[in-house]
Amino acid sequence: MNKREFLKGAIVFFPAGGVLSALARQAAGKETPAQATPPPAANGQQAYDPAHHLYGMGVDVDKCIGCNRCAVACKAENGVPDEPFYFRTWVERYTIARDGEVVVENISLGAVRETTQDAREIVRTFFVPKLCNHCANPPCVQVCPVNATFTTQDGAVIVDAERCIGCRYCIQACPYGARYLHPKTKTADKCTFCYHRLVKGLQPACVEVCPTQARIFGDLKSRASRLVRFRRLNKLHVLKPQLNTEPKVYYANLDGEVR
Amino acid sequence: MRIPEQVNRLAIVIGVLVALTLLTRFVLIPRSLVSTDLHWAAATQREAIKPVKFAGSTACQDCHEDVAVKKARSFHRALSCEGCHGPAARHADDPSAVKPPAPRDRKFCPVCHAYDPSRPTGFPQINPTAHNPLKPCISCHNPHDPVPPKVPRECAACHGQIERSKAVSSHALVACTTCHRAPEQHRRAPRSALPSKPETRDFCGTCHAQGADAKGAPKEAPKVDLATHGGRNLCWECHYPHLPEGRL
Amino acid sequence: MSPHGGDGLAELLGQITGFIFPNEIEIHWSILIVVYPYVTGLVAGAFILASLVKVFKVKEVQPTYRLALLTALAFLLVAPLPLLLHLGKPLRFYEILLTPNPTSAMAMFGFVYAWYLMGVLLLEIWFEYRRDLITLARTARFPLNWVYRVLSLFSRDVSEAALAFDRKAIQFITIIGIPSAFLLHGYVGFIFGSVKANPWWSSVLMPIVFLMSAIVSGIALVIFLYMVLAGIRREPIDMACLDKIASYLFYAVIVDFSLEALDFIHRLYQSEESVKILGSLITHKLFMSLFVIQILLGMFIPLGILVLAKMRGFGDELRKLLYFTAAILIQLGIFATRWNVVIGGQLFSKSFRGLMTYKMEITGIEGLVAALVLLALPFAVLYVLIKLLPTRRLDERTPVTG
Repeated sequence: MNKREFLKGAIVFFPAGGVLSALARQAAGKETPAQATPPPAANGQQAYDPAHHLYGMGVDVDKCIGCNRCAVACKAENGVPDEPFYFRTWVERYTIARDGEVVVENISLGAVRETTQDAREIVRTFFVPKLCNHCANPPCVQVCPVNATFTTQDGAVIVDAERCIGCRYCIQACPYGARYLHPKTKTADKCTFCYHRLVKGLQPACVEVCPTQARIFGDLKSRASRLVRFRRLNKLHVLKPQLNTEPKVYYANLDGEVR
Repeated sequence: MRIPEQVNRLAIVIGVLVALTLLTRFVLIPRSLVSTDLHWAAATQREAIKPVKFAGSTACQDCHEDVAVKKARSFHRALSCEGCHGPAARHADDPSAVKPPAPRDRKFCPVCHAYDPSRPTGFPQINPTAHNPLKPCISCHNPHDPVPPKVPRECAACHGQIERSKAVSSHALVACTTCHRAPEQHRRAPRSALPSKPETRDFCGTCHAQGADAKGAPKEAPKVDLATHGGRNLCWECHYPHLPEGRL
Repeated sequence: MSPHGGDGLAELLGQITGFIFPNEIEIHWSILIVVYPYVTGLVAGAFILASLVKVFKVKEVQPTYRLALLTALAFLLVAPLPLLLHLGKPLRFYEILLTPNPTSAMAMFGFVYAWYLMGVLLLEIWFEYRRDLITLARTARFPLNWVYRVLSLFSRDVSEAALAFDRKAIQFITIIGIPSAFLLHGYVGFIFGSVKANPWWSSVLMPIVFLMSAIVSGIALVIFLYMVLAGIRREPIDMACLDKIASYLFYAVIVDFSLEALDFIHRLYQSEESVKILGSLITHKLFMSLFVIQILLGMFIPLGILVLAKMRGFGDELRKLLYFTAAILIQLGIFATRWNVVIGGQLFSKSFRGLMTYKMEITGIEGLVAALVLLALPFAVLYVLIKLLPTRRLDERTPVTG
C-alpha cells in the first residue's frame, strides 16, 4: 500500500511541482530568460550582452508603400522557402469600400488580383506589414511541450530547430499566423527579429531595406533608440490586444479593420 | 491485518520501475540533455552565428563614399543600398569576386513608384504606361539622386492623365495656370510646395456666372445664375473641372 | 506525395474564400489528430462504464465489466500512436519526457498517460485478474502457462483474505480511477479549449464536452463489442444488462447534447468578433459533418431509437437491433464531433476573414489509410487481450440466463 502511494506521489509530484513553480514564476512577472553566453566579440567590438537589450519594432502604417521589399529581403536573409505559403513577414493591402465591404489581400503572394471596385467607391485603402509580434506574453511559448521555443533574454521569440518535435501546437496557438512548419526541417519556423544580425549590431533585414522607414527597429531598454522615439511620438496600437499577448511590435496609425 | 503476498510482489515491481525511472532521469541522463537553460543557451548561440546576407548600409559606405555622400543629400537618402542592389554581404567580404546587380530597366522603379491607390498620399507615383513610355527610368533620373536634372516646363510631364482628359474637354484651351498657380519650388520638389486650387463658387463664376465678362472669357461659355444653381454646393462637387462634360 | 509538398498547397491556394494569413494555408492537425481524441475518448468512456459496477454497485452491468476494462486498455495502448506519427520529428518524442514544459498542456500528456495506464488501468486489471491468472497458470499449456505465471507476478495466494484484499484494492483504484479518466479526457479537451487564439476551440466547456462525448462513445463501444462478442461466441445476451447500459447511454447522450447546445447558443448569443466567420464555417464547411452526421445521425436519430426501445412492447430481438444501430450511429456521430472540433477549428483564418480547405491525403503517413489502420489496431489488440484474459470469471463460465 505504501509503495503504491509512493509511486502515485512520485508521478503526480514532479509535473505538479513544475506547474506550480512555473506559475509562481509567471505570477512574479519574471520571465525565465535564456542564460545565453554572449557570442565572441568581433575584433575591436564590445562583446554583445543580451542582458542590456530588449528589442521591439514599430510599424508606421501611413508610411508603408507596399513595395514588398521587406518580405523579399526576409526570404533572402533567412532562407525562407520561396513558395507563397511560408512567410516570416508579409504585407497586407486593405481596401475599404463605401458600402463597408473590406477586401484584404496579401500582396506578398505575388499575383495580386486587380481590385474590381471603381476607385471612386473606395473610402480608404492602405498597406499593413505583418510579422511575428514577439509577444511579451507569448501563447506559442506557453504551449510548446518541449521548451523548444522560448524568449531570449533580449526579447526575441525564437525556435530551437534541433529541439522542436514538429507537433505544431505553437502554430495553432499563434493568433497572428506568424509561424509555419518548415517543409525541409519539419520543425516550426518564424521571425527571429534577425537575431543573428542584432547581435552584430545590424538591423533586421526587413528594416534595413524598407525605403520609407515604415518599420522602425530598436532597443526598448535604450533611452534614445529610434523605437523609443517612435513610441513617444505616436499613438500606438498592437494587434489583437484583447488576447493579452503583449506584443512588442507597435503599430502607429493602425486601422480598426486590421486584425 | 497480515499484508497479502501479492502486495509484496506488486510493490517490488513498482519499486523497481520507479527506481529505474528515477535512476534514468537523475543519474544516467546527463544534465546537458535535461537542462532547459543549457538548451536555450545553445539554441541562442546557434541563432546568433547564422550567416548575414545583407551587409548593412554602413558597410557600403566604407568603399562607396562618393555615392553615399550624393545619396545622403537626395530624396533617396533613407534608402538602403541593398534595397535596390540586393543582399551584398558576400560582395562586402570579397568585393572583386561578387558584384551586386544594379537594376537598370523600367521594371524595378515602379515597384515603389507606380501609382497605387493604397499608397500613402504624397508618395511620388507615376503611371508607368503614360510616364515617358519605353524610356529606362535612369535616362532621366539618377537613382542615387532621383530629381531629374531638367525640371519639366509643362504640367503634362507629370500630370499626363489630367492633361489628356482636359485635351478632349471644353476646357481644352484653358491653361493650367488659369486655375492653378504653381510655385517654382513645385517643379523641383512637387510635394514640398503644392499648387493652389480654386476655393469658391465665385471662381468658376468669373466665366460661368450670368453676365460674367472676365477678360478672355469666351462668350459661348455656358452661363448659370450662381444664386440659384446648385444650391450651396461647390461647383466641382458636380462638375469635374478637367472634364466638365463628364458626370461625377 | 509529401504532406507538405508545394504542389498540394498550391492547389489549395485556389480554394481559399476571403482572406487568410499566408502561413495558414496548410492544415496542420490532420485526420490523425481527429483519431487521437476519439480513441482516448473511448478509453475514458469504457473505463467509466466499468467503474459503475464497482463504485455504484450496479449489478446489472457486471457482465460487461471485464470487457470494458480490456477495451479501455486496448484503446489506451494505441492512443499515443496517432500523436507520434503526426509529429514532424517523431524520433524526438522522448524530449517531451526529458524537458517537459510545465505550462504546456501537451507536455503533460506523457505524465497523464503514464499515470492512467500504470497507476490505474493496469493495476485494476491485475487485481481483477489475479485469481484467474493463477488458475490459468496451472491449467494452461506451455508456453502460455509461463505467460500467465509472469503476468501474475508468480503470485499463488488464493486464500479468502487475499481475494478480499483484491476486491478492496479494485474498489480503491476505481475511486481514484474515475477522476483519472476525467483527467485523461478532460485534459485532451483542455489542449483545444485553452487555445485563446482560436475562437472555435477556446471555451471553458470544451473539456466537459469532450468528457461527456467520451462517455457516450465509450458506452456505445462497449454495447457494440458486447453484442458482437456474444454473437461470435453464440452466447445469449444478458438483456437486463443491455437495457441498463442503453439507459446510461441515453442519459449520457442527453447531457452531451445539452452541453453542446449550451455551447452553441452561448456563442450565438454572445455574438463576439468571430461569430460571422464561425457562422460561415458551419454553413459552408461543416454543414455535412456537423448538422447531418454529428447532430442528426449521431444524436437525434440514436436518441429517437433509444426512446423507442425504452418503451415497452418490443421483443428482445428488436431491442437488440435498435441498440446495435444506435451504438453504431453514435460512434459515427462522435467521430464527426472530433472531426468538427479538430479540422473545423483549422478551416477558418485567424484574421476572421476567410476559409481554408482540408484535403485529406489517402496514402500518406497522415492520410486516410493510416487513420483507418490506427482505428482498426485497438480491435486487434483487444482480440489478443480477450484471447489471453477471459471476459468472464472462470467460476461463472456457465452462461447466465435471464
